[in-house]
Amino acid sequence: MIKFDNVTKVYARGARPALDGVSLDIPRGQFCFLVGASGSGKSTLLSLVLREEHLTSGRAFVLGQDIAKMPQRRIPRFRRQIGSVFQDFRLLERKTVFQNVAFAMQVIGRPRHAIMRTVPDVLDLVGLAGKEKRTPHELSGGEQQRVAIARAVVNRPQILLADEPTGNLDPRTSEGIMGVLERVNQTGTTVVMATHDVGLVDQARRRVVELVEGRVVRDEASGYYGGEA
Amino acid sequence: MRLRFVVAEIAHGFRRNASMISAVILVTFVSLSAVGAALMLQLQVDRIKGDWYDKVEVSIYLCPEDAVDQGNCSGGEVSADQQAAIKERLASAELAPYVEEVLDQSGQSLFEEYQERFGGTYMTNEVTADMFGPVIHVKLTDPDKFAVVTDAVGAMPGVLQAVDQSDLFGQLFDLLSKVRLAALAVAAVLGLAAILLIATTIRLSALSRQRETGIMRLVGASNLFIQLPFMLEGAVAALLGSVLAVGALWGIAEFWLADWVEANFAVMMGSVNPADAIMVAPWLVVAAVVLAGVSSALTLRRFTRV
Repeated sequence: MIKFDNVTKVYARGARPALDGVSLDIPRGQFCFLVGASGSGKSTLLSLVLREEHLTSGRAFVLGQDIAKMPQRRIPRFRRQIGSVFQDFRLLERKTVFQNVAFAMQVIGRPRHAIMRTVPDVLDLVGLAGKEKRTPHELSGGEQQRVAIARAVVNRPQILLADEPTGNLDPRTSEGIMGVLERVNQTGTTVVMATHDVGLVDQARRRVVELVEGRVVRDEASGYYGGEA
Repeated sequence: MRLRFVVAEIAHGFRRNASMISAVILVTFVSLSAVGAALMLQLQVDRIKGDWYDKVEVSIYLCPEDAVDQGNCSGGEVSADQQAAIKERLASAELAPYVEEVLDQSGQSLFEEYQERFGGTYMTNEVTADMFGPVIHVKLTDPDKFAVVTDAVGAMPGVLQAVDQSDLFGQLFDLLSKVRLAALAVAAVLGLAAILLIATTIRLSALSRQRETGIMRLVGASNLFIQLPFMLEGAVAALLGSVLAVGALWGIAEFWLADWVEANFAVMMGSVNPADAIMVAPWLVVAAVVLAGVSSALTLRRFTRV
């Protein structure tokens, strides 16, 4: 599903690489944590997967496509198969919960009847049934992140990228969000989650990939945040 | 769904950016009005010039059937012999070096031209075909030497009047072409302003909707779909400007200019035609689309790239 082979990413000539010879293979349906200090390269890795950045050297395959060779015009269609969630939610303040989620379908030209059918299902999946007509500022942080997750998965992507999705949330709310992501994972979606949240990682016992200064220093199938306890 | 979404986005942009959009509409309006005025002026000049002006230098009007005591028409309608004599004179050794070409026009044809030009004004009241005699148009080898020909044939029997065409309208056309040049200069400057203004509007609009476009990119909306609302926003504003321009040009021609010219400048009578505004309308619409297109091309590549 995601396969990195000795991938290096240098942002500015002469600067320290943001990613330095990273090799990684995330199979379909897996739930994988990316951990590491700020600036260790987690976000860079995610933006390479989404093809927001070009890799500098190495090869990377996402959904079977060599992303370094993907032509510009193929990118939009490619991204429809990848959902993204961020620390800052990125909701549209003027739109309701329903409209925020529907937006992701509208802008890729999905028909109205498909939107009317799919959005309630997805809101149900993330635990927001009954709050369709709220606007973001009427929701708690955790609820806003659930809206963002609903928007990310409403087009049924094969991969969900989550960049510190619980970074702004308290521990209990974070657990709720983690539950939602696990539910999404159970529907068959590959989930890659960059996080600083020790508690969540230790509790989930999922695959953990640790980055330090752009290198993979640890890759455990069922790990803890800080390595084997 | 897509169309509705795009229309809603444009409407949203218009509301959010109302003052900028108004500025775009006004600037394109004035700019395109100047372009339209220049085009209409050209049509007007063409109409005054008629079919012969650019082709010949001297027109020898011969006596019509209904000749009164004008020119050398004491003998009534010009006879075939008189016409032949004039032709002979033009072909003589004395005049031949100055004459490049001689063209005949019948009185009937002249009458029709007149009707076309002044149709609908009082100038055609009580005018009949027998008031128009044949014309001999002369193209000169050297346009400045018109006097040689007019002097030579002007006094011949059967000649109503030998006219140097450039003298008739020369100064008027000179003035009109200067006015046209001024209008084009205004149009160029304001056109540039319109392009910059539209570009700025698109840029502001794109910046104020960065979160939307960011999400659109993330979920895989196509470039065209992301950019279309911005492009159309500029285009619709420019098109509104062009519609206003056409309306203004027509209104000025219809309600003000035509009457004013008729009252003050007999020689330009009937040359102002409000319908010209409709004729130039497609060009103004094209110009508006070009303005908006150039602006979009300048801006969007930078602000909504994948």
